[in-house]
Amino acid sequence: MLNNLIAWLIRAIPFGTIILYGSMGETLTEKSGNLNLGVPGIMYLGGYAGYLCGYLYENHAANPNAFVCVLLALLAAFAASALGGLIFSFLTITLRANQNVTGLALTTFGMGVANFGGKFLLNESGYSSAPFSNAAFAYKILPGADSTGIFGKIFLSYGFLVYMAIIMAVILHFVLNRTRVGLNLRAVGENPATADAAGIHVTLYKYLATCIGAGISGLGGLYYILDYNNGIWNTSDQIEALGWLAVALVIFTTWRPLNGIWGAYLFGVLYWLYQYLPNLLGITISTYAIDLVQMIPYMVTIVVLIVVSLHKKRENQPPASLGIAYFREER
Amino acid sequence: MNAAAHVKEPFVRMAKRNDLSLKKKIFIRAIAILAALLVDGIFIFLITGLNPFGVYGVMFAGSFGTFMKFKWVLRDLATLLIVGIALAPAFKMRFWNIGAEGQILMGGLASAVCMIYLGNTLPNWLLLLVMLVTSVLCGALWAFIPAVFKAIWNTNETLFTLMMNYVATSIVACCTNFFRGDNAKMALINMGTKAGWFPMILGQRYTINILVVFVLTILMYIYLKYTKHGYEISVVGESENTARYAGIDVKKVMIRTISISGAICGLAGYLILAGKDMSLSTTSAGGNGFTAIIVAWLAKFNTFYMVLISFLLVFLDKGASDIASAFQVNDYMSDIVTGVILFFILGSEFFINYKLIFRKGGAKNA
Repeated sequence: MLNNLIAWLIRAIPFGTIILYGSMGETLTEKSGNLNLGVPGIMYLGGYAGYLCGYLYENHAANPNAFVCVLLALLAAFAASALGGLIFSFLTITLRANQNVTGLALTTFGMGVANFGGKFLLNESGYSSAPFSNAAFAYKILPGADSTGIFGKIFLSYGFLVYMAIIMAVILHFVLNRTRVGLNLRAVGENPATADAAGIHVTLYKYLATCIGAGISGLGGLYYILDYNNGIWNTSDQIEALGWLAVALVIFTTWRPLNGIWGAYLFGVLYWLYQYLPNLLGITISTYAIDLVQMIPYMVTIVVLIVVSLHKKRENQPPASLGIAYFREER
Repeated sequence: MNAAAHVKEPFVRMAKRNDLSLKKKIFIRAIAILAALLVDGIFIFLITGLNPFGVYGVMFAGSFGTFMKFKWVLRDLATLLIVGIALAPAFKMRFWNIGAEGQILMGGLASAVCMIYLGNTLPNWLLLLVMLVTSVLCGALWAFIPAVFKAIWNTNETLFTLMMNYVATSIVACCTNFFRGDNAKMALINMGTKAGWFPMILGQRYTINILVVFVLTILMYIYLKYTKHGYEISVVGESENTARYAGIDVKKVMIRTISISGAICGLAGYLILAGKDMSLSTTSAGGNGFTAIIVAWLAKFNTFYMVLISFLLVFLDKGASDIASAFQVNDYMSDIVTGVILFFILGSEFFINYKLIFRKGGAKNA
């Protein structure tokens, strides 16, 4: 019973970490008023670039060093995803293309690049692995994972990216709510015309928020492949579903990174519900009912979306200009 | 020196333009597509070392190589196009229905349920009719729910409809698992009796799909352009306040339009089940719900332009899978090629709507 519960949490926390990265990046992007529906594509780009970098490094370096490997993979993932964000920014901010359509095109593109590359450059079977990089990323950096019993198992037994996600969420919260830059960024997302009049460089803020946001989202893809998926690149549609779940999480958290920490783990718990709950309750459910359980995170998100719109509490609303492009000349 | 001389003229500024002739518009778009093909060609060459011209030749043959291939193009074109047609009224109203994928699946599910449980009891024409009605209703219902919340409480429809996709996927996954029992894969429904399948016309069941979509293309064009409903949709899309001032019941128009949009998506699900796949899976909609968003938007809600854009996308997709088999690369290349072309077309819209005015050489000394 207890073991089952622990196993459940140990599944849920890494799962939550993937979408926590995705949603933090998207939160930052959406705070600037850009609704980037390219998150799945960006997570593909980040995951693939990071994996490729780790894979090449461990196969070509004479004495691969774990720290260098981690650093290279992180940089590659961040850069590739930020590049995806840059494509989106250039098209929507400078060339004023529609955000939804551009985001969806980016999702197609990112999936294509990653899956094509995954098959063509690595192995035509679409399956390859990077055990050294995996070990570097999954290394339990916190002491006491094995000596502190249940506590250690649940809280201390993960790779560093799990803890980095929590730290980043706190930093993001601080930056958005307690600094001048964050205030300016929120102003851009709420009312760009006013922000512009106040002397804020709207275009620059939008560009930076979207590119950095994309970079952070991409780390989710990296974590998925090099840690969660045991360093195995398997050409599939898996990351796409995770990307949309990250978009859902942004709504669930009502655009607050701190809510993201527990929200992401809650999504993880809900996602793995089908495997552990029947055991815990001592019942067997038919296999086809399992699929029905998978919709719960999305249903919960819909409920949050509805409740938020019913209440009309101002601090829970999406950024007012979300999805709407800002053209100074059209005021 | 007067004050004006100190105002720095930007190196380049932009101005809106509405006066571009059709010829120039086509010219700009053609340039965009050519530029995209060039970028793709360089990409193909750098990654695979293949001659891009040879690759594009194979690509062309992917759609026009044989009559059979061309018929498949028409079949897939019809499937993509009908979803684009479904989305046109919604987008024209600035309602971002990105839940077409889910609406198609629910329509398809309704058809599948009818085929399985009524297949042996009803005559085929009646079964097809029942399937049609239930599919359309299910698709409409799936769009109706977010529409009501948007109309009354202004719930964000982009995110709501997106989530509804995954709810629908779960329901379909559950049902297909239930239907197929212990089989690894769900086979064609009613393979023996062919109940609920379209009759063969000109040797193909999907001939009916193509005909239905052809008629819908014309009807939707008329609906949007020449009817009172169409006018109301465009006023609401331009400005809800104007619409309210003009005495248009915005809530009613919104719910009605989105229900129509969902109903046509449901119809698409019906066509997929009865004329194309005769089987149901979570991927029955095949991403058409998302691709059609791009089709509808780029065509500016004109259903005849949609035919052209759908054709381009299907052509690319077919071509890429032929390239994949001919050069032993994988067919994810079609996603890359499509993505790049979409980026270029989206970007080219800017040059259609705006013109760039460069600083004149003499301006500095003025």
